Amino acid sequence: MIAAPIHIAGERLMLDPAGVLHWPARRTLVVADLHLEKGSAFAARGQLLPPFDTRETLARFVPLLRRYGPRRVVFLGDSFHDDDGVARLQAQDRVALVQALEGAEVVWVAGNHDPSPPAGLPGVVVAELRDGPFTFRHVPTAGAMGEVAGHLHPKATAPTRAGGVTRACFVTDARRVLMPAFGAFTGGLDVGDMAIAGLFPRGSRAFLLGPERLYSFPLAARRTAARSVTYTQPTLTIG
Amino acid sequence: MRTLPEPFAGWFAARGWTPRRHQLALLDAAKQGEHVLLLAPTGGGKTLAGFLPSLVDLAGNPRDGLHTIYISPLKALAVDIARNLTAPVEEMGLPITIETRTGDTPVNRRARQRENPPNLLLTTPESLTLLLSLPEAPALFGGLAAIVVDEAHALAGTKRGDQLALCISRLAALAPGARRVGLSATVAHPEALRAWLSPTARAEDVRLVETRGGALPVFDLQLPEGRLPWGGHMGLASAPEIYRRIEAARVTIVFVNTRAQAELIFAALWRLNEAALPIAMHHGSLEIGLRRKVEAAMAEGRLRAVVATASLDLGIDWGNVDQVIQVGAPKGVSRLLQRVGRANHRMDEPSRAVLVPANRFEVVECVAATEAVEAGDLDGEAPRPGGLDVLAQHVLAVACSAPFHPDELYAEVIHAGAYATLTRRDFDDVVGFVEDGGYALAAYDRFRRLFRDSEGRLHVRGKQVERQFRMNLGTIVETPMLKVRLRGGGVVGEVEEWFVSTLEPGDCFLFGGQVLRYERLDPGAVIVGRGGEGEPRVPVYAGSRMPLTTYLAARVRAILSDPRRWRQLPEPVKEWLRLQRLKSELPPGDGLLIETFPRGGKWFLVAYTFEGKLAHQTLGMLVTKRMEKLGMAPLGYVGTDYVLAIWSAFEPANVEALFTEDILGDEMEEWLAESSMLRRTFRNIATIAGLIEKNHPGQEKSGRQMTMNSDLIYDVLRRHQPDHILLRATRAEAAQGLTDVARIATLLARVKGRIRHRVLEQVSPLAVPALIEEGREWVAGGAEDALLAEAAALVEEATDGAEHFAETLAEVTDPLPVRGTSVARARSRDKRRSRYIRGAPKMVTG
Repeated sequence: MIAAPIHIAGERLMLDPAGVLHWPARRTLVVADLHLEKGSAFAARGQLLPPFDTRETLARFVPLLRRYGPRRVVFLGDSFHDDDGVARLQAQDRVALVQALEGAEVVWVAGNHDPSPPAGLPGVVVAELRDGPFTFRHVPTAGAMGEVAGHLHPKATAPTRAGGVTRACFVTDARRVLMPAFGAFTGGLDVGDMAIAGLFPRGSRAFLLGPERLYSFPLAARRTAARSVTYTQPTLTIG
Repeated sequence: MRTLPEPFAGWFAARGWTPRRHQLALLDAAKQGEHVLLLAPTGGGKTLAGFLPSLVDLAGNPRDGLHTIYISPLKALAVDIARNLTAPVEEMGLPITIETRTGDTPVNRRARQRENPPNLLLTTPESLTLLLSLPEAPALFGGLAAIVVDEAHALAGTKRGDQLALCISRLAALAPGARRVGLSATVAHPEALRAWLSPTARAEDVRLVETRGGALPVFDLQLPEGRLPWGGHMGLASAPEIYRRIEAARVTIVFVNTRAQAELIFAALWRLNEAALPIAMHHGSLEIGLRRKVEAAMAEGRLRAVVATASLDLGIDWGNVDQVIQVGAPKGVSRLLQRVGRANHRMDEPSRAVLVPANRFEVVECVAATEAVEAGDLDGEAPRPGGLDVLAQHVLAVACSAPFHPDELYAEVIHAGAYATLTRRDFDDVVGFVEDGGYALAAYDRFRRLFRDSEGRLHVRGKQVERQFRMNLGTIVETPMLKVRLRGGGVVGEVEEWFVSTLEPGDCFLFGGQVLRYERLDPGAVIVGRGGEGEPRVPVYAGSRMPLTTYLAARVRAILSDPRRWRQLPEPVKEWLRLQRLKSELPPGDGLLIETFPRGGKWFLVAYTFEGKLAHQTLGMLVTKRMEKLGMAPLGYVGTDYVLAIWSAFEPANVEALFTEDILGDEMEEWLAESSMLRRTFRNIATIAGLIEKNHPGQEKSGRQMTMNSDLIYDVLRRHQPDHILLRATRAEAAQGLTDVARIATLLARVKGRIRHRVLEQVSPLAVPALIEEGREWVAGGAEDALLAEAAALVEEATDGAEHFAETLAEVTDPLPVRGTSVARARSRDKRRSRYIRGAPKMVTG
């Protein structure tokens, strides 16, 4: 696992290929859009998706906590798929989460899916967190400076010689970082969509997640919502 | 029975008709209360034969209520047959009511049909499923006397056929006296089809009535003037000859193999069409209204030709078609006969057909198919066992109608031929899946869809479940499609979503016979304008190509290996084969010829496997994985219907070790984990089984996360419950469906110890077509990540890491070195535009 350093407002942030962000100076680990208990939320509405999504998400997240040993963990909102999600946690999963968070300061940024505090779990709930040059919030705001946000689940399709390969990704420019969704059942929104592209009026760079490393591609600035990704020259052939 | 009763005898006589032997045989079977399967070529009065016993019975004993249900794979066919039956019934003044019921039937008529059903109801498998899920199903079907299944050969062995088989078992439970009548084209496996239709899953319980066709069809082989192409499948070189043939005939159907080919041939014909002959096109992606217009124009005799895909393989009898042209290889004998049978629907006159091979291999294939027809042979697989996903849908349908006991339902289901081998464990797991998802983690007790009463019967838990069932009913899962809409105009059809994702505004593509310019993407529709510059691309559709059948492949091999059988081949093809014998050797009829040779700094391996494109794609993936382990550094491969070609950095040695049965072990497991085809299979199964909701075309997604991505579910389920019933169903289907693993296994077993390896100094004549074949698969470590690394490094190199914003951005890691020599170069935009899209994109996941 090779994390990629980026610099915003003179601070160094590490983008981890697993889809989390580490701020070494403050020993802060940030993760967005876990959507825990999404499977059971669907099941409650009659669509019986596999109930293993929380277990899967935590199985990926807990080792990261161990590896970084952060002083502070920031959940960037939509940590649970809905407000009742925390109540549906399986006992085993709840214990795993609480144990893994032990010893760290836990900040739950409220998301649109989970506006209320997660009952029975450690930590504080905030609308947003400001620290140094950064604002950590769920929904990104246009024109913000030093913002780390989630909510949009960015994904990008990179053209390769065997066709497009689509992955969840970080999107960043000199002002902000948009985090990929971390949850096992979280789909994505193409970075060409104006909801994302509109946040980066001067273009951006996408870091596609991979098992060992990130793959970086520049994204051109765009004005209209026409198709998925417009890559800057050279455009690689799909074929 | 020798004669018809009145008033039928008089009605036949008034028309100068005599009842055909098989029509009387079916009357006799009905009288004996026997189930019957009628195999007859098109045009033999087959449908009337199926209905005659019901008409005779109702004429003698008029009654209210449903007497006969007729199921056809096509809505249009049901409607057409209803019209054709109504005429004689009215002319004879019979007190018989006839109605259709399809997805197009208006709501008020549906309601009336439930209250007061007609004597004869003509419908589709989907509408029948819906009727059976109603609480009044027992009353509706209780008095049923006959079940008529039309085009049974086209249904058996498909998921719609599975669904129908289950429905028929249900009907048998509701109306134990109902006779079954199957109507089918002549098939290679009549026993299997009888078993499929049988109420006991045993063939001998269905009487077989077979009518041999009169005259054999007459085939012409049409080669292009000038040079015979080495490669390509479109057959465009023969467009002038096709056009001349259309001019010379009254009405022609030009059958092609893919929708892309239809667009290209249609465009080529119109470029030549100085006489402005009315030539139309028909394929499955054109807007339904346009298709209906073409069909109507054809029925009224207003067209001279229609360029068509499989969308016209079945359907209404046009009678006036006097010529069928098959452009491109026929791919199967039965399929060819089906298509040829669309011309001249009179049994006693020969159908005329012209075969237009697009390349040299296809010439051999056309000759092989012609010989098979002359020998009276047919091909096609026997129906495979029924799908568990369809069973899941059926279980929910049954529950929606009335509470059921699992023991009784199991007994009912295994009476269907398609489910005769279903184990109780699989059945129980399917029921468990319908109940609460069937997960190892007992998390969903509160969310169960079914609950059990004290007698062990299962009940549906509320209206919401029934609503969901109706929304997701059916076994046809569409690839995500987008409508194509003219700016300020109407919808002209639809293209696959991924194709649109490869377009940029201003790009143009050929669709519905016109060049369209892509403008923008609106929710749910692609907005286009007419016209455009540059060479248009042609949308292709995933999985639209039929693979070569095993039977025809064997015939092709037999011809190639034996020079005495080359007599029928045209001179350029003979010359080509002679040259092959000189430079290398001919592929043996039984074993396997493998050639290796260096070319352009790489090594090529060409295996003459003849197992069809799908099997070759899968085999290519498995063999290259093995080559990677052996350090041969494979770079890419391509599969045609006939051969598999692989290129590598190092010389492949000991090739026998690459084509052994054990590649179906380790390599297979690795491949299963990342195969996009398996993901597609899972998506279909999960949709049919009701785990994920069906895409409803045209319906806007109200939010970005509304549809759950099946790939994510697949990954999580595979890790946490690998033996879940839907994963078992996926693996079982992969073994035969999209991936043709079964064919590979048979091949590897057949050639064991009989591999002929020739090391050549240069490419052999037979290998040329494969090397110029489009649609290559790149290996690059076989995995997405190696491809991504390469693409990222290329972009990096070409842009010198230039950024679009001013400040520094540290780079990720050292770019990986590019593998291979002929990697995709950064081609100019114009060049890229002029290229056709080839093959489906590999992994567009989300």
